[in-house]
Amino acid sequence: MLWASGHGAGGGACLGLATRGFGLGARTSRKTGAVGVRVYAVVAAGGFRRYATYRVATAAGVFTNTVFGFIVAYTFTALWDERPQLGGYDLSQAVTYVWIGQALLMTTAMMGGGFENELMERIRTGDIAIDLYRPADLQLFWLASDLGRAAFHLLGRGVVPMALGALAFDLALPADPLVWVAFLCAVALGVVVSFAIRFLVALSAFWLLDGAGVAQITWLVGLFFSGMVLPLTLFPGGLGALAQVLPWSALLQIPADVLLGKHTGWGLVQAYGFQLGWAAVLLTAGRLLQSVATRRVVVQGG
Amino acid sequence: MAEVEAGTEAEATQATAAAGTGEAGTGGVGEKLGAVGQLRAGIRAYRMIAAMWIRSTMAYRASFAMAAFGNFAATGLDFVGILLMFSHVDALGGYTLPEVAFLYGTAGAAFGLADLVMGSMDRLGRRVRDGTLDTLLVRPVPVLAQIAADRFALRRLGRVTQGLLVLGYALVVLDIAWTPLKVLLVPVMILSGAVIFASVFVAGAAFQFWAQDASEVQNSFTYGGTTMLQYPPTVFAKDLVRGVTFVLPLAFVNWIPALYVLDLPYPLDLPSWFAFLPPVVAGVCCVPAGAAWRVGLRSYRSTGS
Repeated sequence: MLWASGHGAGGGACLGLATRGFGLGARTSRKTGAVGVRVYAVVAAGGFRRYATYRVATAAGVFTNTVFGFIVAYTFTALWDERPQLGGYDLSQAVTYVWIGQALLMTTAMMGGGFENELMERIRTGDIAIDLYRPADLQLFWLASDLGRAAFHLLGRGVVPMALGALAFDLALPADPLVWVAFLCAVALGVVVSFAIRFLVALSAFWLLDGAGVAQITWLVGLFFSGMVLPLTLFPGGLGALAQVLPWSALLQIPADVLLGKHTGWGLVQAYGFQLGWAAVLLTAGRLLQSVATRRVVVQGG
Repeated sequence: MAEVEAGTEAEATQATAAAGTGEAGTGGVGEKLGAVGQLRAGIRAYRMIAAMWIRSTMAYRASFAMAAFGNFAATGLDFVGILLMFSHVDALGGYTLPEVAFLYGTAGAAFGLADLVMGSMDRLGRRVRDGTLDTLLVRPVPVLAQIAADRFALRRLGRVTQGLLVLGYALVVLDIAWTPLKVLLVPVMILSGAVIFASVFVAGAAFQFWAQDASEVQNSFTYGGTTMLQYPPTVFAKDLVRGVTFVLPLAFVNWIPALYVLDLPYPLDLPSWFAFLPPVVAGVCCVPAGAAWRVGLRSYRSTGS
């Protein structure tokens, strides 16, 4: 496996968080008559804090990301030794790609395992009924929480492996701070696309009840087409062309290419446009599915 | 990975209790039995608990089939990655595709077997955290057997199957100068490799007695180890190869014996009889793993609530 499974945060914390977040939402709505942006900011901060609580798990994750980074970096080195400039990358860019992958693996949740398991469980148990009459939007609430999680994973799980990778290998990291800013924007958009996909997966539980199968298939497809196994530019012919236009390329391939300076000027705008386009399409689909699904909800008993 | 959590805890309790009763019937547990007796009791309990979980999994056959296929496909993705690499090159680190496939197949099958038998060990941290480990301690059955057989997942056969298929491909395509020793070495290295990985699982579980949230660390050595062994040793830095040869002897899972079978040189200068050491190394690995497990279990303090 090119990735390590496991995510530290336990499920129990969220309920408390949700209650707190929504409690505040209710207060705000009484005051202003509508749920303010502030509520979602609080939810996002809660998402960040929730994952930040598990420090030992984070350290363990950093260790694993680093080990995998080393292993994959060596295999990429062997590959690029044979074929320099493969896929349009030179050796140091290829190795940098590996470490970007390890840094973003949790951030853009390429293996899934963020909020969607919890949401599916809430759908299965019927707790979703409570969520639906809360004065906050279901999709926005979970998006805010997932953005908070992603911010923590970028800092907690991304920075250290990348720094250790930079110590051991010659990485092609840009000196221009603007490129880093552009990279962070691409990562943020990648997180939104990733969220939108996983939200759709989670909602499938309204029909399937057990969404584990769908989650697993999405997870597999996502890992492969995000470019975590190999950069998508190495995929041959039609498969490569398909991989480039699927939404998963927004999770790793595009942010990595932005950091490696492959997208500049108009190309950068196009890359963002691609990510935004998929985010809009998938979030809209999620919203439509949500409205269909919520019309189906029947709450049993009293 | 999707956990198909069919079956009930109650069933598990019944089966474990049954295993325990059988044990009690033959004259008590613990020190009186001696090492061999305890091992036998453990294996017997393991088999009963595993059989119970298989029965409960088979209640949902379609779900099982999907999960097993998912397991198979998830591992297959690695090999697709290797195939994609070889669509650009003829050799990686001086190894051809069939040679890499041989390494991949042996590592995959060995790890798959260990994962099938011991893969549940990483649930220990959770049990320590929520206090359910206490239930296992009061049963008259070795705790290690109970933890290892907990939620025994037959779907993990998907990984073993995938490894064996790739190995089969390699054996068909490769032109190996077979000798009886080489023929014998292939199954021996897979079984010994499985035991080596199993020791890593046990040691990793023991570590979770102290660091309950750190179950991911063992992924570095289990999943990370098998990923590394799928590639030729020539790909990696010499120090890393030394580390997995002399410190954490994962190289004995397949690298050293496989290179003997393939007649390829190992990057380190080792005598050729090292190729026949895997069973010995596997036996030796069990000692520190078992010791770590005992120390961990003894130092366990319940949640106190």
